Amino acid sequence: MSVDSAAIEVRNLTKRYDGLIAVDAISFEVRKGEFFGFLGPNGAGKTTTVRMLTGVIKANSGTALVMGSRAGSLKAKQVAGVVPEMANAYNDLSSWDNLMLMAELYGVASGKAKQRSESLLRNLGLLERKDSLVKTYSKGMKQRLILGMALISDPQILFLDEPTTGLDVQSARLIKDMLRSLNGGGKTIFLTTHDMDEANQLCDRVAIINKGKMVAIDAPEKLRMATSGRHSVEVSFSDSVNLETLAQLPGVNEVQKVGDKYRLYTESPGELVVGLVNHSCMVGLKIVSLNILAPSLEDAFVALTEKEDEHA
Amino acid sequence: MPETAFVWQQMRRSLAIARKDIRIYYSKGPVVIFGILFPVFLFLSFTIGRQMSVDFMIPGLLGMILFFTATSISPIVVPWEAQARTLERLMSCPVRLETIIIGDILASFTFGTAISLVPIIIGIALGVTVSSPVIFALAVILAALCFASLGNVFSIPPTNLPATVNMIASVVKFPVVFISGIFIPLDQLPNWGQAIAYISPLTYFTDIARSCIQGEGHLPLALDFVVLIAFTVLFLVVAMKLHQRTMPRRI
Repeated sequence: MSVDSAAIEVRNLTKRYDGLIAVDAISFEVRKGEFFGFLGPNGAGKTTTVRMLTGVIKANSGTALVMGSRAGSLKAKQVAGVVPEMANAYNDLSSWDNLMLMAELYGVASGKAKQRSESLLRNLGLLERKDSLVKTYSKGMKQRLILGMALISDPQILFLDEPTTGLDVQSARLIKDMLRSLNGGGKTIFLTTHDMDEANQLCDRVAIINKGKMVAIDAPEKLRMATSGRHSVEVSFSDSVNLETLAQLPGVNEVQKVGDKYRLYTESPGELVVGLVNHSCMVGLKIVSLNILAPSLEDAFVALTEKEDEHA
Repeated sequence: MPETAFVWQQMRRSLAIARKDIRIYYSKGPVVIFGILFPVFLFLSFTIGRQMSVDFMIPGLLGMILFFTATSISPIVVPWEAQARTLERLMSCPVRLETIIIGDILASFTFGTAISLVPIIIGIALGVTVSSPVIFALAVILAALCFASLGNVFSIPPTNLPATVNMIASVVKFPVVFISGIFIPLDQLPNWGQAIAYISPLTYFTDIARSCIQGEGHLPLALDFVVLIAFTVLFLVVAMKLHQRTMPRRI
């Protein structure tokens, strides 16, 4: 990737806390205009990485460039919008005043700031409450405002750390739709999440980090397909069935009960379907529904992080 | 960007931070009332029943109020912001750490200077005259900046509990009030008392105020100003250097 096309370039970035390695010499690149997902279990090093990229903390070693400038430099901060994990707006100010404060801190001219604030508040569904103190807002409204605060400077790149965690469905959907549209407009987006569906729906590429190390980086579809042994057959019967009986069918690696259905993991789904039909005929069970499922991104995530844990 | 344009840009952002601090932290009724009432009552409890002239009392009262108000909120702004989870957002903005510190100090300076008008007005109403108003005003401004910077130094330990920082600040603030020539004039202190008094920045402001109101101070005015400036520079440098180390540990 040429330097000009890279929005983020990370080389051997390392962060240690009191002898523990939180981020262990990770390297990756994000292209300009890309929607990049950063996945990992809790404590994997996602937030530490974002904090190094946004200049909140310093790395112990390695380098990181954001839009060609050293991460943490004022130049890099000037072109970035940030939604930190669990961040708050100022509760004792109105959403309008929060946006005006951010505009001043990013050096946005007053006229432009007012114009943008109005448009952002309208798009975020907050215009009617623009003069209310933020402490009277719901969690979803606050998070929408924080996204607005990150966008007030019309940044080239947006860093979002778990922006939809714990939000109501409407707010989460509004934020996701807005991110899609921002990315469509050319903004680079770096999103950390542990919501696999979210990553699958939004991201062009995802990186998976576990215990501070990069485990994989690819398009969500490619990661899913590379996960062998995680195909599954989802079946529901007219009557309840013993899990152990299903586990003994030929080719079944694992059985899970998912609501009123059973999910059987296998490497050969076709043969398993035949086995299931034969079994149900034999014991006089009626099959209500039957689906063959390709591995999900979640399956890929679990497989990749478990493999890494075994190696460790 | 040329250096002057950069400094001007960061200065404007400091002012935005100061305005935010004043609106959020300083404009609350209890903060204003506590800033005035607490030092007034403390002062009265030590002066009532003692034969003291108004000319002696007003410089002391002014010194106490300025010292307490300028150091009242500045120690806890940073821990408050960390606890309220607004600090990380602020740190990811295109502002230097020094810009944040100066903004916080400016807010404290403004608050201290504004509240100091209360004892000044009380003094004028009681017939006190200020012999050199310009020198007096310069001293109030310099002392407010010095005490606001000291208040910011108190917030250096990387704790996010305002109560802990307040405790640290109180451990320093109360002894300072008693050794700074507010209740007992410097020339009435024993030598060892005077030696301790000279390590307090409040001593030099009180001395300037006494010089302007009572007509004579214990030390030469120029020396008072030089030492106050030196303390201010020291507190500013310490705040900026040490916050660089501790600020990321709050996140």
